[in-house]
Amino acid sequence: MYSETVMDHFKNPRNVGEIENPDGVGEVGNPVCGDIMKIFLKIENNIVVDAKFKTFGCGAAIASSSMATELVRGKSLEDAWQLSNKAVAEALDGLPPIKMHCSVLAEEGIHKAINDYRVKHGLEPWQETSSHSHEHGEESGCQL
Amino acid sequence: MGHQRIIYMDHSATTYVKKEIVDAMIPYFTQHFGNPSSIYGIARESKTAIDTARAQVAKALGADPDEIYFTSCGSESDNWAIKGVAYANRKRGNHIITTAIEHHAVLHTCQFLEKEGFAVTYLPVDRYGRVDPADLEKAITDKTILISIMYANNEIGSIEPIRELAQVAKKHKVYFHTDAVQAIGNVPIDVKAQDIDMLSLSAHKFYGPKGVGALYIKKGVRIENLIHGGGQERRKRAGTENIAGIVGCGKAIELATADIEGHNIRIRAMRDRLLKGVLEKIPNARLNGHPTERLPGNFNVSFEFIEGESMLLWLDDEGICASTGSACTSGSLEPSHVLLATGLPVEISHGSLRLTLGDVNTEEDVDFVLEVLPKVVSRLRDMSPLYQKATKDGGCNV
Repeated sequence: MYSETVMDHFKNPRNVGEIENPDGVGEVGNPVCGDIMKIFLKIENNIVVDAKFKTFGCGAAIASSSMATELVRGKSLEDAWQLSNKAVAEALDGLPPIKMHCSVLAEEGIHKAINDYRVKHGLEPWQETSSHSHEHGEESGCQL
Repeated sequence: MGHQRIIYMDHSATTYVKKEIVDAMIPYFTQHFGNPSSIYGIARESKTAIDTARAQVAKALGADPDEIYFTSCGSESDNWAIKGVAYANRKRGNHIITTAIEHHAVLHTCQFLEKEGFAVTYLPVDRYGRVDPADLEKAITDKTILISIMYANNEIGSIEPIRELAQVAKKHKVYFHTDAVQAIGNVPIDVKAQDIDMLSLSAHKFYGPKGVGALYIKKGVRIENLIHGGGQERRKRAGTENIAGIVGCGKAIELATADIEGHNIRIRAMRDRLLKGVLEKIPNARLNGHPTERLPGNFNVSFEFIEGESMLLWLDDEGICASTGSACTSGSLEPSHVLLATGLPVEISHGSLRLTLGDVNTEEDVDFVLEVLPKVVSRLRDMSPLYQKATKDGGCNV
């Protein structure tokens, strides 16, 4: 059911772990829904120099975390913010429709970590332009 | 890594077909293929073969052969029993009682009937997944026409107190149906002694072929037909008989019930060693289902802080075929209704693993799973933010 790329990122996840004294941390999801992602960012001169994750979830959730952290490394915060769930899913050569919410979670985790950094530095948090949080709830059918 | 060998521990999903059963079936594809409704010689051979299989099924259940009706699968048997009794007895009442932990073949049939104007009570279960006969008695009203309670649960393996439950039904003159799909070959069954009015079974759960099941209907039960058409199965179930499948079903049930206790002793010993080993090697794990009143091959354990599908993917990578009650494999994203009904917290339900042992398994298989599973759980826990929190907080007791 999963693409080879998903299985590769599931079995050999990139960037697993924590960053000591991270500049930004974003935790999204809920154990009741069966997935939690925690994203850690190291940021220097507005560039994501390191990204790591810890994830509780299915194969797609782990692969999405791995791919999303790969995609934001080396990017400016503005470019990292532009990373969409679709881009994560495409980079994984697709996800089954019912697992698309895993890529949404990865996008949200990155956003939350970036805003954590911004708030810590006295900056306005950036506003979410999409309504992914709603989609996540509806797609998963997970009632909290 | 890689698939040096396959360790099949998903016998509750389906079983392989034993060679002697395949051998018994083959002539009915190639030589004795006649339509039993026809008049010539090869058709009579088909008819005789069906009669023999019917007698084999009847003997295994303690029923009369003319109380056995062949169907296409366990789901059809469940649908027929429930819809058939509901429609035939509508004038007497519209209330059906079942349980919260039934297979979807029963649950979704009952939900369908609710839309048709029937009222359904879904009995709760205790933490081991067992129904209390007192709860059943309380739920019965003068409108109750059918009680349907599974013999043994497919996910957690708990065996229900069927005799006591059926006696409650008998006392109140309500038809009692049981979905015994998981029980055949694992539990001795005698429909007469146990006061069972209807019983569903499916051949592919006891080393027979897929695509054939049966419904036992006690003489005198008022039931409508589900499949309308020709006069097969004594005008109760239309459709040209799946002769080879029926022959396989008969042979399979004969073999599966020849020495139930001998089979159980071997399977239970392996399952118990597996369970003991896993609970010793892996902390924050708990057994789901009843500790003793359970199917001999069923192992269902929840591992905290991890999710079931990722466990299955890693086990599959090692050649181990398993199943989970986690949402992520069900297609619905809701975790197992059975685990939730036992009161297991949702987040822990996501981390459940079901291994169901059967005749192909060996002690070496158990050793291999005991070697692989702790590594898989620990690998996933190492990347789980929940595990990190729990260990920082000084652990979490289940």
